[in-house]
Amino acid sequence: MLARVQLPRAARRGEAIEIRIAIQHPMETGFRFDLMGRPIPKNVVHTLVARYNGEEIFRAEMGSGIAANPYLRFYALAEASGEITFEWVDDAGNRGAERAAISVTG
Amino acid sequence: MRADLGCLLLCCSVFAAAAAEPARPIPLKSGIEFASEDIRKLQADDFANPGMLWVVRGEKLWSEAAGERAKSCASCHGEAAASMKGVAVRYPRVDAGTARLVNLEGRINLCRTRNQGAPPFEYESDELLALAAYLAYQSRGLVLAVAPDAQSRRRFERGRDLYHTRIGQMNLSCAHCHDRNWGKQLGPETITQGHGNAYPAYRLEWQRLGSLARRIRSCFYGVRAAMPPYGAAELLDLELYIAWRGSGLALEAPGVRR
Repeated sequence: MLARVQLPRAARRGEAIEIRIAIQHPMETGFRFDLMGRPIPKNVVHTLVARYNGEEIFRAEMGSGIAANPYLRFYALAEASGEITFEWVDDAGNRGAERAAISVTG
Repeated sequence: MRADLGCLLLCCSVFAAAAAEPARPIPLKSGIEFASEDIRKLQADDFANPGMLWVVRGEKLWSEAAGERAKSCASCHGEAAASMKGVAVRYPRVDAGTARLVNLEGRINLCRTRNQGAPPFEYESDELLALAAYLAYQSRGLVLAVAPDAQSRRRFERGRDLYHTRIGQMNLSCAHCHDRNWGKQLGPETITQGHGNAYPAYRLEWQRLGSLARRIRSCFYGVRAAMPPYGAAELLDLELYIAWRGSGLALEAPGVRR
């Protein structure tokens, strides 16, 4: 699953950093029908977890009310240099992952 | 007597000018100028703009080998930032090899079949839209510059005629909304001038990226007319006329629209 992650490459210790992630996903609600009238099964990215050097810092649980191609933005405190990882899974069991490095000074 | 005749002639010429259909809206206004603040922000933010997901996908596809000859776009065209800058603003145009009118998507598929030995992408497939968006993105901010030439003139004229022809149960032509009534309200929407400079665009209604052909088909549906199939000559003719009509506007692809 295609996704984009954006966060500052470098930050000062204790600074609040903005983290953004966008995932390409149809977020099928389960309420729609195809051209033959058959229901299209619900398939949304239901869980997304972000970890900072292994520690969970953000979790989102999403449902059918979230638009396609979900875009999330949150803040975290820069504590140490390392890696922020993202993992998500949809109703069809497809998993996605992204990672981004940050270097913290001071 | 002579003064009267002069006055009459003047009146006639003024009347004729008023009756003639304006060729291009004055001033030219991109659809984004009619959009809400939220949509403008979404389009302007290169990260939040959901169309950028397709651009990123297109960037990957650009250097992926495909087809019998195992060539990628980059094998011939190198860096898209250099070779593709200014390309999208010149389409639709007549392809020299086949003497066929093609839009950007059609040109990508010609390259696939002719140079890569690969099957063409399906209309509105993520791959085709991704590559088209990636190419258009290289010309973002450049001004549409489409003018009919000797080869495309007949297609252009057909597009212009179709643009001004009443169709569907609503018995409306494109011009009724987009030439004569732009800026006015149609339900909750402000009628735009109907330009294609944001396409391929992410429409919130579609929840994904879509081509200008898809958007034009939506207008056929809106006036309760039979929708031409994807790839139909009518759609291409209209795209050509619309591109000429919007020449002077900056390309915004991937745009965001309602």
